[in-house]
Amino acid sequence: MNIKVLGTGCKKCQELEKNTRMAVEELQVGAVVEKVEDIKEIMKYKVMSTPALVIDEKVVSTGKLLTVKELKSMLA
Amino acid sequence: MFNQLATWLVVDVLNMELSSRLGGALHFFMYDTTKILFLLAVMIFVISFIRSFFPPEKVKAWLEGRRKGVASVMAAVLGVLSPFCSCSTVPLFIGFVEAGIPLGITFTFLISSPIVNEISLVLLFSIFGWKVALIYVLAGMTLAIVAGAIIGKLKMEKHVESYVYEIAAGQEEVHMQEGDNRTFAEKIKAVFSRDELKERTTYAARNVVETVQKIWLYLLIGIGIGAFIHGYAPQDLLVKYAGEGNFLAVPIATILGVPLYSNAVGSLPIVEALLNKGVGAGTALAFMMAITALSLPEMILLRKVIKPKLIAVFVGVVATGIILIGYGFNAIL
Repeated sequence: MNIKVLGTGCKKCQELEKNTRMAVEELQVGAVVEKVEDIKEIMKYKVMSTPALVIDEKVVSTGKLLTVKELKSMLA
Repeated sequence: MFNQLATWLVVDVLNMELSSRLGGALHFFMYDTTKILFLLAVMIFVISFIRSFFPPEKVKAWLEGRRKGVASVMAAVLGVLSPFCSCSTVPLFIGFVEAGIPLGITFTFLISSPIVNEISLVLLFSIFGWKVALIYVLAGMTLAIVAGAIIGKLKMEKHVESYVYEIAAGQEEVHMQEGDNRTFAEKIKAVFSRDELKERTTYAARNVVETVQKIWLYLLIGIGIGAFIHGYAPQDLLVKYAGEGNFLAVPIATILGVPLYSNAVGSLPIVEALLNKGVGAGTALAFMMAITALSLPEMILLRKVIKPKLIAVFVGVVATGIILIGYGFNAIL
């Protein structure tokens, strides 16, 4: 699984990345978590509110700071 | 209710006179703290719930291809309704450009969005009452429409960073969401389904917690300073410098508002106390608008997508508008 956290570096984006890493660790799924800060890359996903979460190239959430619990149910 | 609670705490619990300086200051502090925190929690919940229906992606789709006049009013209204955090300024700006939304309309949205926010609404409502809060909203939207129209007229498109157009041109026309084939009735039904309601209430409740966590300290400090002014500051001195009679009060309040961005919450209780001491209401409103609409962090973000000249125009037009609104309020309120 490939997970991308899209965000230009605001606080919420950093927290989403942290939560995502925690969720991946707790679930012990073999997933690569990547933080995308380049605005050109972010715009490729047609995202207008950050932070956004992309799982296997599909945008699953925008503009929300998801909790570890929510992330786990999305990743499981 | 909050007044009685504060009076009870000061008079019966602490055994102090309301007319004493310390008693008066403490009463102001407790009254404001309980009232504002309560109103904030309720309002943020309600507003966040409404906002969950207006994500920026939808706003973009609604504005796409509209006639200018209609789009401009819609952008001002949607700016109020859409949940938009200034950290998304850059992707939002590029998304609007890519959708072919005119620059002026984009600015209308960007100006209207921060001016009317839940925090300033609660503070204005609790301090000045609903009439002033409503006038503030309408004035804010008018400012956004007029300033956007002026920026549109000035044909500043070449002052947008060229990479914005490159990204916009490079986008293939695929849409993120799959087509929504549901009928209107089905959509309405879905809105009232338990899952969606639950998701929206969770979102709203979380916003309450996040916002209160973010602002409570500033709010307490602000109310503390306000309480001090309330109890101790000499009235004639303040009226002399910031009263309605002083022509420069409004521009000075506007300029002071710019660096106060993150402390909007803390600033208002101070304004409330100043107002009780005779500072003009228009001056206070101009101060509030400048804090929200002309923030330094937002300008730094905008600098990523537009060139300095356009930023200067943006600041100039909005600041002029705010000053005019301030004078207007001072004249009528």
